[in-house]
Amino acid sequence: MPQDYTYAVARIRSKELSLFSQKELDELLNQPDYDSCIRYLSDKGWGSDREKQTSDELLKQEENKLWQLMKELVPDETVFDFFRVSKDFHNLKVAVKAATRGAKTDGMYMQNGTIDPSVIASAVENRDKNRLPDFLRDIAQQSITTLLQSSDGQLCDIMIDKASLDYVYSLTQKSDNEIIRLYGELFVAASDIKIAVRCCKTNKSAEFAKKAMAECDTLNINSLATACAKGFDAVCDYLLKTSYKSAVEPLKKSPSAFEKWCDDLLTDKMKGQKRV
Amino acid sequence: MADLLQNSGLFFALLGAAFATFFAGIGSAIGVGKAGVAASGVLAEEPSLFGKVLIFQLLPATQGIYGLLVAFLILTGTGIIGEPKDITLLQGLLYFSASLPIAFAGLFSAIHQGNCAVAGIGTVAKKPDQMGKAIILPAMVETYAILALLVSILAVFGIPNIK
Repeated sequence: MPQDYTYAVARIRSKELSLFSQKELDELLNQPDYDSCIRYLSDKGWGSDREKQTSDELLKQEENKLWQLMKELVPDETVFDFFRVSKDFHNLKVAVKAATRGAKTDGMYMQNGTIDPSVIASAVENRDKNRLPDFLRDIAQQSITTLLQSSDGQLCDIMIDKASLDYVYSLTQKSDNEIIRLYGELFVAASDIKIAVRCCKTNKSAEFAKKAMAECDTLNINSLATACAKGFDAVCDYLLKTSYKSAVEPLKKSPSAFEKWCDDLLTDKMKGQKRV
Repeated sequence: MADLLQNSGLFFALLGAAFATFFAGIGSAIGVGKAGVAASGVLAEEPSLFGKVLIFQLLPATQGIYGLLVAFLILTGTGIIGEPKDITLLQGLLYFSASLPIAFAGLFSAIHQGNCAVAGIGTVAKKPDQMGKAIILPAMVETYAILALLVSILAVFGIPNIK
């Protein structure tokens, strides 16, 4: 029997009232300093009742509240795995660097992944890959070996990031839900475009860019990697031939404009779900 | 055998009363239940909307009442309640037929009205000031339950004249 989300939908609709309106966003932007912004957010119910909180603490607490709500509303949390596994891969990166280089991990682990960060940390530290879930096992082994043999932290990072993108893509494309498949496609395509631009700006080779990119249906990573070795204009020219031609303008403007374009694109595609 | 057939008029009439109560009641129970689940979701975040969401939850309850009303009319018309009457097989079958409009229109309209009420509760959760508009939409579904009720009542009232 399919899960009935009537209660969850009604509760989320009520929650929408607590989202910031344009007026409240303007008020927040008009706050004179950092402390006033934090006070404004605290007055709106953000974070905890604790006196002094940083913006990071506020955001972390809000994220924790959100996942707590999801746990209450959706009995089977695995439906959110495609959102949460990126945190597991991030935690793996932290654990691998901590285990091989003795890097400090204070505040580096992310909560609300599919597995407890301490499990990843201890599995990596003890080289006990059997304690890791299947999707982390091989990449954990490969990244530790790479880091120990080459001491190339960047290579280790791109290996784990690519594995993360590949896994998110495979999870979303397996879904029966069209909007989840679309999310996966857009998420991976946007990540590939970001990688291409970053590789351009740091003069990386096509080979390196290709290693970092994940396959998706709407982009040809061979063409994108080749373009990024030729330069930023070549990347833009390639994108103009794809369904992401509207990304070129924000890409030329600034990285934050492109981030906004990615968010707007996803939000726009999700809008139809509000009336389902 | 002839006696049995003659006396089964009352059985069919009672079956009609049972259908009217049973199916319209099931529809209302499903509709009210669905709307209640959605209402609880809203109240968990916004308890002040209790009065508004309660009205939406009660909308699909009417079909059950209509079914009860038709059943009551059949029970009194056949003498199961009150003064005993002779009910022929034809009359029994007619009472049974008369119960069908409210039984089935009640069942389906209550379920769909419940779905519509759930959507209305979602609207009120986001825009409490749009209560008036949001309530009209599920109320439209009621039309068809009322039409079925009318047909059932008119039929039940007309049956005693048919021998």
